[in-house]
Amino acid sequence: MKHIKHRSIKELEDIAAQVRRDIVRMVHRCQSGHPGGSLGCADFFTALYFEVMNHSTDFTMDGKDEDLFFLSNGHISPVFYSVLARSGYFDISELATFRKLNSRLQGHPTTHEGLPGIRIASGSLGQGMSVAIGAALAKKLNKDHSVVYSLHGDGELQEGQNWEAIMYAPFNKVDNLISSVDYNGQQIDGPTEKVLSLENLQAKFEAFGWHVINSDGNDMDSIVKALHYAKSLLGKGKPILNLMSTQMGAGVDFMMGSHKWHGVAPNDEQLALALAQLPSTLKDY
Amino acid sequence: MKKYTYTEKKDTRSGFGAGLLEAGKKNPEVVALCADLVGSLKMDAFIKEFPERFFQIGIAEANMIGIAAGLTIGGKIPFTGTFANFSTGRVYDQIRQSVAYSDKNVKICASHAGLTLGEDGATHQILEDIGLMKMLPGMTVINPCDYNQTKAATIAIAEHHGPVYLRFGRPVIPVFTDPDQKFEIGKAWMVNEGTDVTIIATGHMVWKAIEAGEKLAEMGIDAEIINIHTIKPLDEAAVLKSVKKTGCVVTCEEHNKFGGLGESIARLLSTELPSPQEFVAVNDSFGESGTPDQLMTKYGLDSINIIEAAQKVIKRAKK
Repeated sequence: MKHIKHRSIKELEDIAAQVRRDIVRMVHRCQSGHPGGSLGCADFFTALYFEVMNHSTDFTMDGKDEDLFFLSNGHISPVFYSVLARSGYFDISELATFRKLNSRLQGHPTTHEGLPGIRIASGSLGQGMSVAIGAALAKKLNKDHSVVYSLHGDGELQEGQNWEAIMYAPFNKVDNLISSVDYNGQQIDGPTEKVLSLENLQAKFEAFGWHVINSDGNDMDSIVKALHYAKSLLGKGKPILNLMSTQMGAGVDFMMGSHKWHGVAPNDEQLALALAQLPSTLKDY
Repeated sequence: MKKYTYTEKKDTRSGFGAGLLEAGKKNPEVVALCADLVGSLKMDAFIKEFPERFFQIGIAEANMIGIAAGLTIGGKIPFTGTFANFSTGRVYDQIRQSVAYSDKNVKICASHAGLTLGEDGATHQILEDIGLMKMLPGMTVINPCDYNQTKAATIAIAEHHGPVYLRFGRPVIPVFTDPDQKFEIGKAWMVNEGTDVTIIATGHMVWKAIEAGEKLAEMGIDAEIINIHTIKPLDEAAVLKSVKKTGCVVTCEEHNKFGGLGESIARLLSTELPSPQEFVAVNDSFGESGTPDQLMTKYGLDSINIIEAAQKVIKRAKK
């Protein structure tokens, strides 16, 4: 069951467009959720699940001999759910239940409702890197040579636990881990540089001993190349950090580049405007 | 009163260390993590035997809990080790989200719980940890009473799937339980059968309850003594059966009376069998520096306090 079907950049871009449609429709339907960061990471998720990761939709919690992904900034659950459904973990019709009572698609991802593809709850920020490191260590103990991926918000790096994990991973040669940072420069209360500046993130990670690469997270070619390059760097004693520039709200012009769409749902009119910019490449759910 | 004796005194944390080594021998999936307190947690034997299955995390407890949660994904059974304060209060949200809510098979093993940590004082003496942990849905909470029981509990939790909080301590105390005991999670241990009052004790207070029971017997009071080592899930049947017989209860714990074992018993009795109850526990206070014995006396956790509570509760029951 585990295979990577290689796709062209155009095919991946088409999938990402549908993922973006899913995101705005899901958030509109329940009139809550976080469209901005979800849209910004649609290309990354698509590249990961449709091109880069060796993963199985026959879900097992242990995920032995397959690549694993951990979402630390759990509020961008719409993009995660869309990509999981679109890649076959569960039926796309379930996307309509997002944030509704009795849904497996909780506001923030959880294992608690048994949704295939989710291996840890996230939402309370700053915990995902530690979990990813633990999963990577388990893979080493199990002589399992697959890869662990994780994604973190840039604002999320203000949480101190991240820096415990960032210090731990290089010292302990966790070199089967590729962490990405959604570097969009925005958080709820405004630009990160005004709320609590991250300063030189690349230099900070490098000082802690990570191998840092840069990518454009809203350019499919760039993100696919970056993730493949990151894989080529594994097994050399260092964890990899993909510092991925994105635009919050990418793909929907009136949502782009502002923190204002971090956690706000579009109204009917705004939904129509957004969908007009996003071709339906696969069937809507 | 059934006679209990001991030939040696040992710390419960050493029981944990011995149990961890044995659990590691029994199951290759058992791994251990520590936040810079290997000696205090008595993890040396495990580390010597299984160096590749031990993770020194450094002084970073939040990261330790997260890494432990991650290790379960891949089938490992992680045992984290640090002081009780840093095992619970410091990392409550990490335990809540990454372990309890995520249903991860992590064993949070906590030494130096309660006042008997001693001279380091209140910054390190947590008296709220049972409350914090028992409130988490799905969390099993165990507070064993001596070296042998702690060792047996450590082995047992490795065989139990689900998050567990295992609480033990620093001081040497009498070793009085069976070295070959089979530890059953959630099953009360009948220490002594009696008819006049039920004394329910956990952790270091069990030996003090036995001492109190002997004195009470000399006074003509026939105390039933029950050891609740598993505070959650509570052995409700054992508690109800005993209190139905005696009509009153004294609960004993090295913990704040708010949120501890006593409140779990009161919750049960208030709905099923309303009965007079007295609490031998710390009265909503922080601790302070001192020797373990001095602190247990000052904060009202000696056998004399159990005796007085028993006398008081029996009077209330007769009214």
